[in-house]
Amino acid sequence: MQLNKVSEEIIHFILLRIQFQSLGVFFFQSRFGFDRAMAFIVAMGIIIVGIAAIFIRVVYVVHRTGKPLKPRGKASRPFSTLIVLGSGGHTAEMLNVLQVLQKDRFSPRVYIAAATDNMSLQKARLLESSLAKEAGEKVVKASQFLQIYRSREVGQSYLTSVWTTLVAIAHALWIMIRIRPEVILCNGPGTCIPLCIIAFLFKVVGIRWSFVFYVESIARVQRLSLSGFILYKLHIADQFFVQWPQLQRKYPRAHYVGCLM
Amino acid sequence: MADTEDGSKPKKIVFVTVGTTCFDALVRAVDTQAVKEELFRRGYTHLLIQMGRGSYVPWKSGGGDESIAVDHFTFSSSIADHLRSASLVISHAGSGSIFETLRLGKPLIVVVNEDLMDNHQSELAEELAERKHLYCARPQTIDQTIANMNLESLIPYTAGDATPVAKIINRFLGFPDD
Repeated sequence: MQLNKVSEEIIHFILLRIQFQSLGVFFFQSRFGFDRAMAFIVAMGIIIVGIAAIFIRVVYVVHRTGKPLKPRGKASRPFSTLIVLGSGGHTAEMLNVLQVLQKDRFSPRVYIAAATDNMSLQKARLLESSLAKEAGEKVVKASQFLQIYRSREVGQSYLTSVWTTLVAIAHALWIMIRIRPEVILCNGPGTCIPLCIIAFLFKVVGIRWSFVFYVESIARVQRLSLSGFILYKLHIADQFFVQWPQLQRKYPRAHYVGCLM
Repeated sequence: MADTEDGSKPKKIVFVTVGTTCFDALVRAVDTQAVKEELFRRGYTHLLIQMGRGSYVPWKSGGGDESIAVDHFTFSSSIADHLRSASLVISHAGSGSIFETLRLGKPLIVVVNEDLMDNHQSELAEELAERKHLYCARPQTIDQTIANMNLESLIPYTAGDATPVAKIINRFLGFPDD
């Protein structure tokens, strides 16, 4: 298995480092005495083991991403779901997906849109209130609607965008710590990237295991968007959907699902 | 088509929309004599331009027997109504405008904004033009597109749906199929 091969390589690497260190011991012993040399070796060892552990964990997370869950019963527990609304056509496509998803399986739902986008959350609220009406007396778990700072607005200068990017990342982290979703649905543009990367880090650290589903916009016929490219190449998206057959041929791990609009 | 009660030609509206963008090149292009004459020749009586954030203001005119009537506005909350009452739509290449028009079954000319930096928008318009759901033009070629278009040859667009996505997500998470 690929994983075994990787861990084997890591062990070789560590052994090699230990040999180098023993050379260093003679050097340190002669100059600083035995205690200091020992402290140095222990410190180095801890650092190397730590780095190796993180590396193995990252490899494991990447390896597990994209692997489906075992079949569950009909009455199984729902997944808390984060829905990232990307404005304009992106939001319209995402709401089309939500229309057909079984709401009792994806609950509670948290919607996120850019702070500058005042239409998307309104549309999501409309959808949720019509769902609540349909459900009637059944108690509907409250959905949340959140706004997030964007790292860079169209036309913003690069100098100020360093600061706004930091603010945006901090804000995304704060939101993700609070909601810790199990399922993330997104379809670009850039708003979803910090959220998905934080979700990946949560998986590495063990805070929360989540599943990322990304639907590339219908406007992308020949090439992926930057967001799509990042999530596909870094294996962050568990399942990746494209709406044109040309794209599926270029990115074989993607599912071709036809037009959503 | 039958004439209206007062004996004048029936109202045939061309609706031009740039959405929330700034697309002066399109507004300027439809405001040229060549395009207006071509539209009038093909039986359109009114030209209504939604100009968005653009700064170019087209010339308003009342129209009549010899020319097309021109009117414009910046934004409106009733774009859907304007689309519905139109006989021909000329739109920017945003996917929202494109699919809203196609779903209403209106003939559509999409004009690609060549000034945009990351011009992936032309991909969608060209693909849909290849599938004969619409015509795709550049600002400088609108008049030729109007002159050569054959609206009967356009194929109606059937709206897609998201059930395949939902199915795959459900199966991935281990939920049984319904």
